[in-house]
Amino acid sequence: MLSRTADSLYWVSRYVERAEYLARILEATTRLSNLPSSYGGAASEWESCVKTAGCEELFGQHHQTANEANVHDFLCFSPENPSSIRNCIEIARANARAVRTALTYEMWDALNSAWLELKKYDGRKLTRDDFGRFIEFVKTLSLTFDGSAYRTMLRSDAYWFSRLGVYVERADNTARILDVKYHVLLPETERVGGSLDYFQWTTILREVSALTAYHWVYRESIKPWLVADLLIFNRQMPRSFASCYENISRFLDALGETYGRQGPSQRMARKTLSTLANRKMGDIYDNGLHEFITEFIDDNNRLGSTISEQYLV
Amino acid sequence: MAAFDEMSGFDGTTRDAYAKLEAWLKNTPPEEFATRRSQADVFFRRIGITFAVYGDEQSTERLIPFDIIPRVITGPEWSVLDRGLRQRVTALNMFLKDIYGPKECLRAGIIPEDLIYRNAGYCLQMINQPVPHDLYVHIAGIDVVRVDGDTFYVLEDNARTPSGVSYMLENREVMLRLFPELFAQHRVAPVENYPDALLATLRSLAPRTASRDPNVVLLTPGQFNSAFYEHSFLADKLGIELVEGSDLFVRDEIVYMRTTQGPKRVDVIYRRIDDDYIDPLAFRADSVLGVPGLIGAYKAGNVTLTNAVGTGVSDDKAVYSYMPEIVRFYTGEEPILKNVPTHRCREPDALKYVLDHLPELVVKEVNGSGGYGMLVGPHASKAQIETFRKKLKTEPEGFIAQPTLALSTCPTFVASGVAPRHVDLRPFVLTGSDGIRCVPGGLTRVALKDGSLVVNSSQGGGTKDTWVLDA
Repeated sequence: MLSRTADSLYWVSRYVERAEYLARILEATTRLSNLPSSYGGAASEWESCVKTAGCEELFGQHHQTANEANVHDFLCFSPENPSSIRNCIEIARANARAVRTALTYEMWDALNSAWLELKKYDGRKLTRDDFGRFIEFVKTLSLTFDGSAYRTMLRSDAYWFSRLGVYVERADNTARILDVKYHVLLPETERVGGSLDYFQWTTILREVSALTAYHWVYRESIKPWLVADLLIFNRQMPRSFASCYENISRFLDALGETYGRQGPSQRMARKTLSTLANRKMGDIYDNGLHEFITEFIDDNNRLGSTISEQYLV
Repeated sequence: MAAFDEMSGFDGTTRDAYAKLEAWLKNTPPEEFATRRSQADVFFRRIGITFAVYGDEQSTERLIPFDIIPRVITGPEWSVLDRGLRQRVTALNMFLKDIYGPKECLRAGIIPEDLIYRNAGYCLQMINQPVPHDLYVHIAGIDVVRVDGDTFYVLEDNARTPSGVSYMLENREVMLRLFPELFAQHRVAPVENYPDALLATLRSLAPRTASRDPNVVLLTPGQFNSAFYEHSFLADKLGIELVEGSDLFVRDEIVYMRTTQGPKRVDVIYRRIDDDYIDPLAFRADSVLGVPGLIGAYKAGNVTLTNAVGTGVSDDKAVYSYMPEIVRFYTGEEPILKNVPTHRCREPDALKYVLDHLPELVVKEVNGSGGYGMLVGPHASKAQIETFRKKLKTEPEGFIAQPTLALSTCPTFVASGVAPRHVDLRPFVLTGSDGIRCVPGGLTRVALKDGSLVVNSSQGGGTKDTWVLDA
């Protein structure tokens, strides 16, 4: 297939995934910030939300302090933020339109309908109820788009490139949450803060829609190291590093097999996957959780560029 | 002068071809029509059929209005049109081969030399340059209008990159969904085989050196082009790659496309980019839409461009005025389709006549298209007429003038109900090395404003499904 087509498919998926991620962190933060301060609710949550969204610097250029209204606007609608939800949907739709023929009708319809509906939401005029509906709308878009891809696409290179976009983005997103919140996940002895962290932990789990999953997997009360374990090593958890890399590796292998040629991206993905398979939370704490996460983010970015060099240009 | 209505003729008597449609219009409750029209609208918007209008900042994507009342052409009427179209396109191809080769028509005095040599569409690079299979116009859109029960005129020839065929196909799809019972009452010739016909045509045009399974691609200027929807639609129906200039590159006079598995050779390019933009090395150096070196590969005979480079010369409206002579000269036959009588303002007598009769004439730029840069005398203000008078005096060779034809009308939904509106027809004629193919029908464009004669979608025109009845 055309390199440009593969590139667009990959980025359509990345942007849809990113839009959903932003919606989830906004939803979780709104919930946390509404708690009484004695339970950990604090205005500073909005700053952490901006960090988790990965646009701290840009936000700082436009706002002095972070609050609910300006973060909602910046992350959802602001034209100044290239990664706002609105921009994500616009870019995804523009990419999709450029490669219409490579998408199934259902995928196009999901994205195009959402793009048409997006015009209804005027950021500054949204009530809290409207905002809730907007978040639901974004989550529904990603579920519909993803489900359409899963149910209607031929299992060929087009599908694999589109899936790669989902998982590379998702790995990055999960890692960013951990990068910002790692300090609340340190083992008890090192932890700063107190039982207030409980609400931080549940917020993290909510951000990756894993609160219920946590209970099913561990069957015990929420412990920071188990939250970290779930998000990093648990292969059953669809947003964990391990699960993302299992998928990335699988789809890259499918490409390698079909094209009859392996390359640097296959090797990189396999290496990360085996690291994730062979390490335990204990080692990671010994060597530094933050360092581990930062390294993962860098590796994941490198894999993105390698996929791009190998296939997309 | 009253216009001929395709349903009720000149005198209000329903023509046979429209009998069942008229009954349907009369017997269907208005709410039903309203529902169907909104369903059609939703359908078009959701599949993304949109059309960008240049100069309209507000909306880069706009829906072309679709009218649900079909336009009917009888089998015998179509068979005349079909023969006429084939004849005309055959002559066009022979004419282009001649003016880029031996130039016999110039020696025989069929057409004045300067009309060719000084024509902006005449491409010097193509002189004595063989093209694959000696064919130039592979995809032609010939705009036809009718004025009474028997007479069709060709209004213009589009031999560069005619668009609109996706609307022909999608309009039919929508109609089949909305009104199955109406199709059951009529024997409507199908148009859905157009993509197959186009693909067969394109494949037949591959250079002789290409493999038996030639790689055909569609080259688009990209998604900001007004016809992008059509490009992606056609590529999809044909099962060929939709490429942009940056997807192609030329090495050793061979064209390749960049794929996830490395370079792949390209044999036939159905290009929807104008000559000027197709290769920055050969034409406009500032074009970022084209492919550097493409013309080199083309001249070396390693790739086919459809349509060929340099066909614009026959789109020129002054050249058009010679089409009857051109048809006679190359085919030895009388032209089956008439030309609209045309005054060439380059000729002093004609210019004088035109200047004296501006309020009753249609004046067009010789190389204009899309309904831009024309004057419709009877509908123009005094100021507009004076502007054109000045233009005509300064640059008479840039214009032609034609009598204002009473274009036929078809019943059309408008705000006040069903009313007659003027229509034209663009059938698509495909020419491959294995013959000519012409799908029965085409794109009917309708001027939605009362009395308006301008049907172009860029000027607020709409479209209709065109039914050719099978006997």
